[in-house]
Amino acid sequence: MVKKISQKVYVALIMFFLYAPIMVLIVLSFNKSKSRSKWGGFTFDWYKSLFQNEEIMNALYTTLIIAFLSALIATIIGTAAAIGMNHMRKVPKTIMMGITNIPMLNADIVTGISLMLLFIAVNFTLGFKSVLIAHITFNIPYVILSVMPKLKQTNRNTYEAALDLGASPLSAFFMVVLPDILPGVFSGFLLAFTMSLDDFIITHFTRGAAVNTLSTKIYAETRKGIKPEMYALSTLLFLSVLLLLIIINRRNDRIEKKRNAVTLAPAKKL
Amino acid sequence: MGAFIIIPLIMVVYYGFTTKANNSFTLENIKLIADPVNQKALYLSLKLSLISTLICLLLAYPLALILKSMKLKSNSFVVFVMILPMWMNFLLRTIAWQNILENNGIINTLLKALNLPTVNIINTPTAIVLGMVYNFLPFMILPIYNTLAKIDDNVINAARDLGANGWITFRKIIFPLSIPGVISGITMVFVPSLTTFVISNILGGSKIVLIGNVIEQQFQKVGNWHAGSGLSTVLMVFILISMAILAKYDKESEGTNVW
Repeated sequence: MVKKISQKVYVALIMFFLYAPIMVLIVLSFNKSKSRSKWGGFTFDWYKSLFQNEEIMNALYTTLIIAFLSALIATIIGTAAAIGMNHMRKVPKTIMMGITNIPMLNADIVTGISLMLLFIAVNFTLGFKSVLIAHITFNIPYVILSVMPKLKQTNRNTYEAALDLGASPLSAFFMVVLPDILPGVFSGFLLAFTMSLDDFIITHFTRGAAVNTLSTKIYAETRKGIKPEMYALSTLLFLSVLLLLIIINRRNDRIEKKRNAVTLAPAKKL
Repeated sequence: MGAFIIIPLIMVVYYGFTTKANNSFTLENIKLIADPVNQKALYLSLKLSLISTLICLLLAYPLALILKSMKLKSNSFVVFVMILPMWMNFLLRTIAWQNILENNGIINTLLKALNLPTVNIINTPTAIVLGMVYNFLPFMILPIYNTLAKIDDNVINAARDLGANGWITFRKIIFPLSIPGVISGITMVFVPSLTTFVISNILGGSKIVLIGNVIEQQFQKVGNWHAGSGLSTVLMVFILISMAILAKYDKESEGTNVW
């Protein structure tokens, strides 16, 4: 009993540690006073002025577009790469796996610097496109690592059976392999999207002067003081994702229950 | 794909070994690490990131064990709780810690209200370690939890049936099986802590300089890319050494189960 309670307390403490700063930011977004250290009363003003602040809205737009495109492209390339690597022999597979792991294990600062040097060496102007390419590069490993385990669980024979039954390789992939690995592909996409959204260091080095994501904008503001609209925006983002994921979780639970009901029904008849 | 991973790294090494004036070979950029200021920054980075990694491990392992014992229906819930904070920008979350730790911040206001002596945490190495632990803890929890969740309960029950007590089961069965997760957790925490410049910037003030700050300044303020690349090359060597040490303890796993 004491053990159970102390375990719960421990989990609660860690959760508190992880979420306390987020609570602080949410509270600050409703703070009337512009100073972070004083509470000046409750207000929705920052939420109103947020939508009129063109700079922040632009940065938000860039951030979301880059996160979405880079996650999408990385998901396509990463899934293809995972399938290709799954069919390789052991030695080339290990080498490929090692290469894909580099951006994930290497320091962000080195990845950022190295990509910046590459872009400049080939005279590629730093801007939206260079940030996008950089994000795709560091997102691919996350997709591969999410897809790979699912791919290992699939049975190769089903794909070959589909081919034997006259499916073209492409339709065999879409109708047989993809449904099997879809959860991995989806979580890879989500992970890539989150990583891209939260990235600062790599964007910092590859963005050039014209492009600003939310991260680089916040970094530029750290010295002068963060605009409270930023807190409001983050609160909105955080709450909408929280809501979305709760809905998805609920739905999954319901589907699972239905499935259990279906499989239990025939058993009862026996 | 290799084009965007391997070639850029070769470029860093190339810049690191050449001069700014005429791109001829030199060791000067590498030798910069011996400069007392840089040496001190590297030493401090190593020290703080080792401490943070150790704290993360000590916090994460019991948590992962508890989460496993809760027998959650799906792993996705744990993943969800751990990556959700990332939707609040990482810079903002670190700035929120500034708010909490400041001399007239939340902690000290609470302490004053309780008539307790105030503490001075902001702009000290402690604040940086706290920022590192906070930011990278999920990267320690997830891989350890993943390997623990995969352990078959029958294996543990078998050990208990054969007369092992709780501690021996942990030492002989659970811990050895979780080593791959521990190893990837350690790399996922140690490397970003070793190389961060943002956390030290926000929570350490301007007085505490880590090796990441030195490199960032070479690129963004000083504009000496060759010096910055040279220091990055040295940093990469340190990362490689630490990975080689870790790989020794992790021979059986394929090194793919980061998540």
